[in-house]
This record gives sequence, C-alpha cells and structure tokens, in this order.
Amino acid sequence: MQQEKNKKIYLDHSATTPVDKKVLVTMLPYFSDKFGNPSSVHSFGQEAMTGVDVAREKVAEFLDCSVSEIVFTSGATEADNLAIFGIIKALKRKNPNDKFHIITSSIEHPAVLELFKVLQEQGFEVQFLPVKANGTVDIEDFKQAIKDNTVFVSIMYVNSEVGSIQPIHEIGKWIQKINKLRLKKWQETEPKNRGDKPFAIYFHTDATQAVNFLNCSTKHLHVDLLSLSGHKIYGPKGVGALFVKSDVLIDAIQLGGHHENNRRSGTLNVSGIVGLGEAIKLLDKKTTEKNNKKIDKLRRLLIAGITKNIPNVILNTDLNQSVPSHAHFSFIGAEGEAILISLDLVGVAVSTGSACASSSLQASSVLLAMGINEEVSHSSIRFTLGKNTTETEIKKVITILQPIIKRLRQMSPK
Amino acid sequence: MYSKKVIQHFQKPHNQGVIKNPDAIGQVGNPACGDIMKIYLKIKDKTIKDIKFETMGCAAAIAVSSVFTDLIKNKTLTEALKVDNKKIVEELGGLPAQKIHCSMLAIEAFKNAVDNYQGKACSCEKFCKTCNRECAS
Repeated sequence: MQQEKNKKIYLDHSATTPVDKKVLVTMLPYFSDKFGNPSSVHSFGQEAMTGVDVAREKVAEFLDCSVSEIVFTSGATEADNLAIFGIIKALKRKNPNDKFHIITSSIEHPAVLELFKVLQEQGFEVQFLPVKANGTVDIEDFKQAIKDNTVFVSIMYVNSEVGSIQPIHEIGKWIQKINKLRLKKWQETEPKNRGDKPFAIYFHTDATQAVNFLNCSTKHLHVDLLSLSGHKIYGPKGVGALFVKSDVLIDAIQLGGHHENNRRSGTLNVSGIVGLGEAIKLLDKKTTEKNNKKIDKLRRLLIAGITKNIPNVILNTDLNQSVPSHAHFSFIGAEGEAILISLDLVGVAVSTGSACASSSLQASSVLLAMGINEEVSHSSIRFTLGKNTTETEIKKVITILQPIIKRLRQMSPK
Repeated sequence: MYSKKVIQHFQKPHNQGVIKNPDAIGQVGNPACGDIMKIYLKIKDKTIKDIKFETMGCAAAIAVSSVFTDLIKNKTLTEALKVDNKKIVEELGGLPAQKIHCSMLAIEAFKNAVDNYQGKACSCEKFCKTCNRECAS
C-alpha cells in the first residue's frame, strides 16, 4: 500500500510509452544470441532475417498491405522524411521543369511541417490548411485547396497535442476520385492533343499517434504512404516504419547499401524491428477496443474531476473527435510550465504540449491554429493516458492538481 | 533541467505577495509572452525597506523573482540598480539557456518601479524587445 502511495504517475503517453513486457521478451534474444546481420547469407544472418520477416508480416497485417510495402526506419521522423523528400525527389528527377503544388495542414508534427517549409523555399507551391476550433481539418477546405498541379498531400491521422482525429479516410477517398477524374479526362482527349499522362496526387499520413487506437488499414484510409513509430505503441525507441504502396515511386534519401529494397540503406535494427512487430501484434481489434473503452472512461473521470474542482479551466480536446488518450486543458492565470514542474515535483508526469516543442518559448502553433490566443495557450497542460493508467492514479491527480493551480494563481498579479 | 536552488525558490518563493500602500509599483511582461511580473516597493531614505512580487510565469520566472527581491532588499536604489542578470543566474546556480531571458524580467520590473517612483516614463519597452511585444503596463 505504501509503495502504491509513493508510486510516480505517468500521464505523458503521447510523448512515449513503456516497452510492454511481452515486447521486451520477444526482443531480448536478438541482442546476443540471434545477433547476425540479416544481410548475411549464413545461418546467423538468416536467423536474424527470420525475426525481421515475422515483424514485417505483423506490420503488414496491421496496415492491411503486402510485406513488400513496408520499409523499416529509425522512427516516424525518418519515415516522414523518406515519404515526403522521397516522393518529391522522384517527381523532380522525372519532371525537372514542372511546377508542383503540395498540401499539408498547419498542425503537423515538425517532422512534416519543417519539410514543407524547406520545399516552399525550394520553389514549391505549398498550402498549409487551417483547422477548425476542435483541431481538425475541414474536408471542404481540403477539397477547395486542390489544384490541377497538386501532386502530394500529407495530413496527420491524429494530432499529438490535442488528440484530434483528422478525416483521413474522407481525404483519401476524395484524392482517389480526383486521380480517376484526371486520368479519365486525359483518356478522353485525343492522343495528339493530350500531352503526358496526368500526375496522380499521392497521399501520406503520419499515423504515429493513431496506431494505438484507430483502424490503420491503408486500404480503408486510401493512403499511399503511412508513417508510424515503435515507442508510441509500447515498443522500443529508435524504430519505425513507412508504408509505401507498391505503385508509388520514392527515391531513397539515405544511401549506402541496398537494404529495404533500395529504399532505405543501413543495417537493420533487428531487435527494434522485432519489438515493433510484437508491439503491433498486441494491437488486435479486440484488445484495442477494450483499451480504448477503459482509457476513455478514465479520461472522462479526469476531465469531470478537474472541471469540478478547478474554476476557469478550458478543455481544448474535442471528446467526440479525438483519440481516448488525450485531455488537453488551459488553466487560465497559471503558466503551463510552472504547472508541469509543480506536478513533476509530486511525481506526476505531464506535458505542456508536444515534448518536441518544450524547449521553445513560443506559444504552441497547433493551439494558435485552433484559434486559441497566446495567453490561453501558455496556460496549457496535456494529459495523455495509457493502457496501464489506473483509476487510483486519476483520482490522485485530480486531488493533487487543485492546490497547485490555486497556488500559482495566487502568485499572479491581479 | 533546473538547479536545486531554482526548485527551492519556485516551491517556497521569498517576498511573494503584495504591499499595501507601496511607494512604487513596477510591472513588465505580457500574458501573451507567458510571463508577467509586478513588483511592490517600500522606500525610505533611498533604501528599499520592503519588497514584494507577484509573478505569472514559468518556474524560472518565479525563482528569479524570489531571488532578485532577496538580493535588493535593504539596498539603496543605486546599489539595487547595479544588480545584473548575471548575478541572479549565479545566485540560482544557473538557468537553462532558453530561460536566461527570464532573469531580465525581475530587473526590468524593478527598473520600471524605480522610474515610476522617480516620475520617469515607462522603461519597460526595452524588456519587451526580448519577446518583440508591446508592454502591457
């Protein structure tokens, strides 16, 4: 009981998750026993390759695609880089004189947003879609944004800060429709007048924050590329994957070998890949549904407790359009980082936004894009619950938080 | 990330509160920057007899307010104006690089209070250049 009382509480599952014990056990033999280089032809290498193959099957099964469409990477950031720069590199190589239009949202992870800014500097026509107050892209805005020279779209599946779910399936379906229309128009034009075959729009989604909770069938979503990460799904850090649909041409970004079918050079992170495979295997439909329900119930308990105990609180997560893990609040009159440090000092880990943004002093660009003003966004705290979060922990956090907010507000100039 | 000293001052800040009928008040910052500090002074014979602060800001901003008010209490205004942010950072056992600017918050709030006391115009414009903001006061 004493131990339970002093145990730290982790409510930052959107930053990272603990490796599931089952995942760890599966990984361990691949460090010292099955240590071979999967590129080696001998039995040591083949033993390691078997582990990679099994993992690849698990990932492919989860994404509803074929094994040849999976590229293992060092994480979601690399997967995003490979998806975006890989597509653009191939397009530019084949069509150096074309002027392309590309679309993303204003609330992407920096691993996408910064790349689009670089492409903008390089002369691409870039459109950053706005979001609605609940942090989701409006499908109508998206439809309006498409132009004749649009060739690439990247929209995240779930936003890491507020947990909002983007309409990926709807966007994917619309892109498919546009691609068919472009082709039909071309086919109906007389061969001497129609010029080159029209460009298709390729659709990438960063699904890093979605994998734990949502259907990631690439066929259902109608995506051409999808990034994911191991450590957000109770797997290890330093490993991720990119789904690349078989008919999509990408050029490698990292050169120096022929791994991953020439799409990503570098000796495979065998134990990491094995761990990623096992972590994804644990996300079967039934388990996911069960966990989603449990986490959502605890999240609602947390929200009810906080809003009941503490005045002047704004909930920035739309409960009807978010993954069950997220509860993002603004505590008016108290500064976010001061709340975070106060909670950390009593053993509760939360975040002021995304962990990647925590060293910058700027207000969160995601919250600003949602129309939340800077003052309110500086007062923000993100709670992200996980599959091991308990009711006792949530109740404790509700009790602990109230005097912390009160103290910080009392210190503020009136 | 933070030194023990910063955490101590953040948890139990010194001189936190309000002075009724102060001789001078200074305020800098802007809620949009995430930091506001208000400083209250009791001055007698050009000496700071009492000082209190109210701060809305991060742990560093609160610790800076606490340690700075300690440093200048019972000093003459001339002496107190010589206390620079290096001294504050040193007293706190260091600050993370991206938090160094917080040490300016207290100094500028104090300068603002002294200017108000001496009937000069607000000098807080200078501080607010650090975050490119119009001053709220």
